[in-house]
Amino acid sequence: MDIRIRHIHKSFGGFPALVDVNLDIRSGELIALLGPSGSGKTTLLRVIAGLEFPDYGEILFGAENMARKPVHERRVGFVFQHYALFKHMSVLDNIAFGLRVRPRSWRPGEAQIRRKAVELLDLVQLGGLERRYPHQLSGGQKQRVALARALAIEPRVLLLDEPFGALDAKVRKDLRRWLRELHERTGYTTVFVTHDQEEALELADRVVIMNRGCLEQVGTVDEVYEHPRTPFVFDFLGGTNVLDAEMHGRKVFLRGAEQPLVTDVIHPDGPADLYVRPGDLRLADPGSPGIDVHVTAVQRTGPIVRASAKLLANGTGISIELPHLHHDAARFHAGATLRLKMMQFCVYPRAASVHAHPITDAPEPTAAQSQERTRA
Amino acid sequence: MSPPIDHSLLDPPRLPFEPLLQRNAVITEQPWVRWLLTTAALAFLMVFLLLPLVSVFTEALRGGFKLYWESLKTPDALAAIRLTLTVAAIAVPLNLVFGVAAAWAVTKFEFRGKLFLITLIDLPFSVSPVVSGLIYVLMFGAQGWFGPWLAAHDIHIIFAVPGIVLATMFVTFPFIARELIPLMQEQGTDDEQAALSLGANGWQAFWHVTVPNIKWGLLYGVLLCNARAMGEFGAVSVVSGHIRGETNTMPLHVEILYNEYNFVAAFAVASLLAGLALITLALKSLLEARHGAELSASHRH
Ligand SMILES: Nc1ncnc2c1ncn2[C@@H]1O[C@H](COP(=O)(O)OP(=O)(O)OP(=O)(O)O)[C@@H](O)[C@H]1O
Ligand SMILES: [Mg+2]
Repeated sequence: MDIRIRHIHKSFGGFPALVDVNLDIRSGELIALLGPSGSGKTTLLRVIAGLEFPDYGEILFGAENMARKPVHERRVGFVFQHYALFKHMSVLDNIAFGLRVRPRSWRPGEAQIRRKAVELLDLVQLGGLERRYPHQLSGGQKQRVALARALAIEPRVLLLDEPFGALDAKVRKDLRRWLRELHERTGYTTVFVTHDQEEALELADRVVIMNRGCLEQVGTVDEVYEHPRTPFVFDFLGGTNVLDAEMHGRKVFLRGAEQPLVTDVIHPDGPADLYVRPGDLRLADPGSPGIDVHVTAVQRTGPIVRASAKLLANGTGISIELPHLHHDAARFHAGATLRLKMMQFCVYPRAASVHAHPITDAPEPTAAQSQERTRA
Repeated sequence: MSPPIDHSLLDPPRLPFEPLLQRNAVITEQPWVRWLLTTAALAFLMVFLLLPLVSVFTEALRGGFKLYWESLKTPDALAAIRLTLTVAAIAVPLNLVFGVAAAWAVTKFEFRGKLFLITLIDLPFSVSPVVSGLIYVLMFGAQGWFGPWLAAHDIHIIFAVPGIVLATMFVTFPFIARELIPLMQEQGTDDEQAALSLGANGWQAFWHVTVPNIKWGLLYGVLLCNARAMGEFGAVSVVSGHIRGETNTMPLHVEILYNEYNFVAAFAVASLLAGLALITLALKSLLEARHGAELSASHRH
């Protein structure tokens, strides 16, 4: 079921939790809502579900506007962060609940309900546990029961609020892989909330990055990672170095670099910020342009070597990451003076870093987009 | 190659049982101190609680079991018992409905004046029962606000059973609501929301999800509400008019008999009330022991 979200506004007593949210979710897609705490992820999910009503805007399931319909008429599968399993019901009864509360005219027979529940239990790989009660299950098992319960009503869309939030790292990884497989097998349109960027990038077809009630960027994992539209998105997806720069036409002048870098897209002249990830910095080839730094400390964490350095030109702190087996790794040691090149970077006019403006998922990109990306 | 083991499916291994630290220096005192404190507490309980309770039964049975039975069988005593049961049978179910409704409204919805409502629920606890009785006299009595209208339509509230029921309901209202509000607050609304998202309507969510979640707390509240409904003296005394055989409840009857120096009969009726208290206490302890986790936090052990 295609879902189209149009101009959704939602505020709580004057506090704007969602501001002009527009999003198209294609049938069968797996979408992640990603953003820092308080950015409105849960609120958006609840608005889609009908657990919260927007102040303004439309939510279209196919062609039907659902914005004013209560949750029990929307047929959505909602999986709560803390599962919300019915404590006094066995696993089987929990899963069968959605079928049993149907009006008599379209309720399946009891035998059929049980068969369906057992089938779903097998689907979530918990066959044999139907007699247990929720307090006899582990967190990961509860999560699966909650999912099976939501799937029982054959939802038009499956909504998961931080599905793995309360689980430990190992179980989380297993369940993540399993959920991806399940999605491929069942094909339900799925939206899940997470604040773990790794989880979103690994699991989702498309990622929605939210900040303070606005959608900052919507795109595939590659798009948002390679072409972050705003400094916020760049910063949110992994570590960042921010360097002072100055734009003149297509040239980016960086303090400490004798030659300007060249970009393909034209920016207004003036001060700008250059964003570069610690992992995108490498030693420059001898004789080629780059930025000179003085390494102050080197630390190895697992397979990654992290170095802290200062720009020779103005002392700006900068961090560098590279795999410990990389042939340059040995040359990073405290006290070394090195020349670095940037494998990729983004430049944003200074104003864009100060206030991030809302963007939409509308098909045609707006003219105001002032992002560009360049390879050095 | 065997398939990878899915650890999230397996139960964790059982740990060998190890007793926790038995003695804690911070909370353990010298034996004689413990002994002294325990004895003092027990002696106090004996003198002020157990002894009076025992004396009720010994006084009641002083003239032998036959006399006890005879004094319970008088028409006035039987009428008092019947009236008390009737009043409880009306007041408790009504308070059950109102209490659940109030707790539901307070905990599952956001609205203006919520704090005021919570304070209002507590009013019967903070006001003297005599005052509660007087309120009803003021409203429905012959000189009260609705008095003339009621008299014109030949409706009797004060000095009649309706007045007693009203006064009892007023006094016992907080028991169920007070028990349920913290419990339902603690449980939140996730379960209900889950039920609704699965297609249940409001009534189904209430009946299949909310009620099972609060059933033991509800029973606990009903138990306390019932005990108080049957034992209420002050408020009922004001509105009853003490008409023997008509508007005399058991506690009022005990007082009348006592004032007439009919001690055996007075204690015989009193022993029934004491018996009710003991049964309530036993059931209450049983509930706390069995279902402590499903009562509101204040009763947990
Ligand atoms: N019922 C409510 N009443 C008032 N404010 C609310 C309510 N629900 C959410 N908010 C506010 O709306 C904003 C967005 O909340 P939301 O729960 O959607 O954040 P989130 O992105 O899910 O955060 P987290 O990752 O911490 O769960 C927050 O600032 C929150 O305080
Ligand atoms: Mg949230």
